[in-house]
Amino acid sequence: MALPKYTEPHYRIWHYIYLTICAAVFFFLIAPLFVIFPLSFNAEEFLVFSDGMKRLDPDAFSLRWYQDMIYGTKNPWGLAAKNSFIIAIFATIGSVLLGTVAALGLSSRHMPYKGLIMAVLISPMIVPLIISGVAIFFFMAKVGLAATHTGIVLAHIILGTPFVVITVTATLSGFDHSVTRAAASLGSNPVNTFMKITLPLILPGVISGGLFAFVTSFDEVVVVLFLAGLENTTIPVQMWTGLREQLSPTILAVATCLIILSTLILVTAELLRRRSERLRGINR
Amino acid sequence: MSSENRQILTTDGIPLEVSLKKAEKKNKIRAFLLVAPLLLFIIITYVFPIGDMLMRSVDDKMVTEMLPKTYKSMEKWDGKELPPEEVFKAFYIDFQKLIEEEREGKLSTQLNYTKNGFKSIIKKLRRKSKSFEEGNYKEQIMAVHRRWADVEYWRAIKRRAPAYTYQKYLKGMDMYENEKGDIVNVAEDRRIHRILWLRTLEIAFFVTVFCFLMAYPIAHLLATLPMKYSNLLMICVLLPFWTSLLVRTASWMILLQQQGIVNDFFVTIGLVTDDNRVEMMYNKTGSYVAMTQILLPFMVLPLYSVMKTISPSLMRAGKSLGGTPFVAFWKVYFPLTIPGIGAGCLLVFILAIGYYITPALVGGASGTLISNQIAFHMKSTLDWSFASAMGLMLLSGVLVIYWLYNKLVGIDNIKLG
Repeated sequence: MALPKYTEPHYRIWHYIYLTICAAVFFFLIAPLFVIFPLSFNAEEFLVFSDGMKRLDPDAFSLRWYQDMIYGTKNPWGLAAKNSFIIAIFATIGSVLLGTVAALGLSSRHMPYKGLIMAVLISPMIVPLIISGVAIFFFMAKVGLAATHTGIVLAHIILGTPFVVITVTATLSGFDHSVTRAAASLGSNPVNTFMKITLPLILPGVISGGLFAFVTSFDEVVVVLFLAGLENTTIPVQMWTGLREQLSPTILAVATCLIILSTLILVTAELLRRRSERLRGINR
Repeated sequence: MSSENRQILTTDGIPLEVSLKKAEKKNKIRAFLLVAPLLLFIIITYVFPIGDMLMRSVDDKMVTEMLPKTYKSMEKWDGKELPPEEVFKAFYIDFQKLIEEEREGKLSTQLNYTKNGFKSIIKKLRRKSKSFEEGNYKEQIMAVHRRWADVEYWRAIKRRAPAYTYQKYLKGMDMYENEKGDIVNVAEDRRIHRILWLRTLEIAFFVTVFCFLMAYPIAHLLATLPMKYSNLLMICVLLPFWTSLLVRTASWMILLQQQGIVNDFFVTIGLVTDDNRVEMMYNKTGSYVAMTQILLPFMVLPLYSVMKTISPSLMRAGKSLGGTPFVAFWKVYFPLTIPGIGAGCLLVFILAIGYYITPALVGGASGTLISNQIAFHMKSTLDWSFASAMGLMLLSGVLVIYWLYNKLVGIDNIKLG
């Protein structure tokens, strides 16, 4: 952002101060994530940069914590990863199905009590997780689903649907309804119209809603802490226990893997967002 | 004027108005049926359970059901002096039944909530009551422990008679109902909850302020830079947003620990000496720093989406009309960003006020929030009704902000990513 030539000196100074502040904030946002990366390759057991690491001595780096994460005898990460993925995948499928169908109804201009219903459907995202956790725990205990995968999947569907509803209604707000009417006038039934016309057009919104639901479930720890038994442990629960008891470098190895995963998800989400904006004709 | 009254008919011979209404109604039902599955799911698994929390928080039937005969005989007792023999007898009968069902432990836990000291005397009564003789139960029970001869304890039992209570809410505000039925504050040194509520509000407020102060410049930069640079910088905002909360908390634990990088840096620049390192974790500082960084994207994104819509020509117009850049900013640009500020601040405040994981890990004793107290009562003391009451008190606060947010921003205007 170059300043025009005629800028007076004291505004020039202000401008550089502003840029410095921005740089500092960006550093504050992103730098903490990069601390984890080198420390996860630490050859020693401590969570500080050893003198060897500061000298970039190759012996100071090792993959032992990654080995420990995968092959470690007492390590629960294998089971936790399996559970996390199973739960997140089923929760995503459930959230996407329920959320997309509901968003279709909510986007109709005939929908009665739209504001009220929307407020109820979005509430799991706004209500503090600890309260959701307590309420869902009471419910699951009553119907006998506490400490089961099913219970946790249902809980994560509750927490994930608001994201799907929001992204899909946003996509539908730019949707040209005359194409579905055209399909109907050409003799297509509503299901066929949805599968062949509407769904391909709103797919970016559906997928990015699904990504949100996936990440919500994959990351969620508060509700799982209430619901999970030993068998249902997930990656976030293991990290939580690990961080409370003792910060071991193995956790940093897991964290590095999670950062890589979130980078992949970020890239996918960004590509989808741009595609959807292009389709909606928003050009910037 | 007959033409005005003539109705327009469809090809089936039905008046057009009726036909249209019918179609409208059909559309309405169709739209509602699409929403119905999710709405029902949320109501059954989420809204009702929150209602269940409300019931639990005021429910006090347990003791009432455990001592049915006692409470019946207590109806006539005025509570001024020790109750008459028939109350003691009824209590003895109820108590024997509880021992048979092995529920006397629960009774002692419950009564102990009302008045400390019940646990031991109920245990003692259980042991001694095996050798009780028939008749004159008053003398025998009072002989077990001197507290059984204290009228305060019998009054405490009587206070648990109603099936519903608001005691848990009073306890959440550090108040209680004393023997005379007045609502009074607990002793000064035992007011833990009020401190927690205030601290929660304080931390949520300051985190919101810090987030705003940090987010405003970078949102402005992102909105005014050319697309190819801003996309790159946007990743700095979005990557933390998508990264696991626990990973981000872990990175702060590494940074802020006593031997951590921040302290190393302070030592290097000579701010502190090596044996005098700053404690930044397990206290309020930890909560502030980590929560601000974690919630910052939630402030940047709404601000950015509002700033993106403000045309740069407005600022130029302001300047060309004679305003200095500061005046133009303050009078033109800033007022236009207020919707974004409102959305961001409310969102961050709502999220901060219910934060649990991060304060529990980096907050220590002085940096924990009300959520941590709720979790503590759910998991450790198992006083679920108290946890429910505190949860609902927090929820009512959040719902007020949610309602405000809905009024100001509109719930369907939440922007994600």
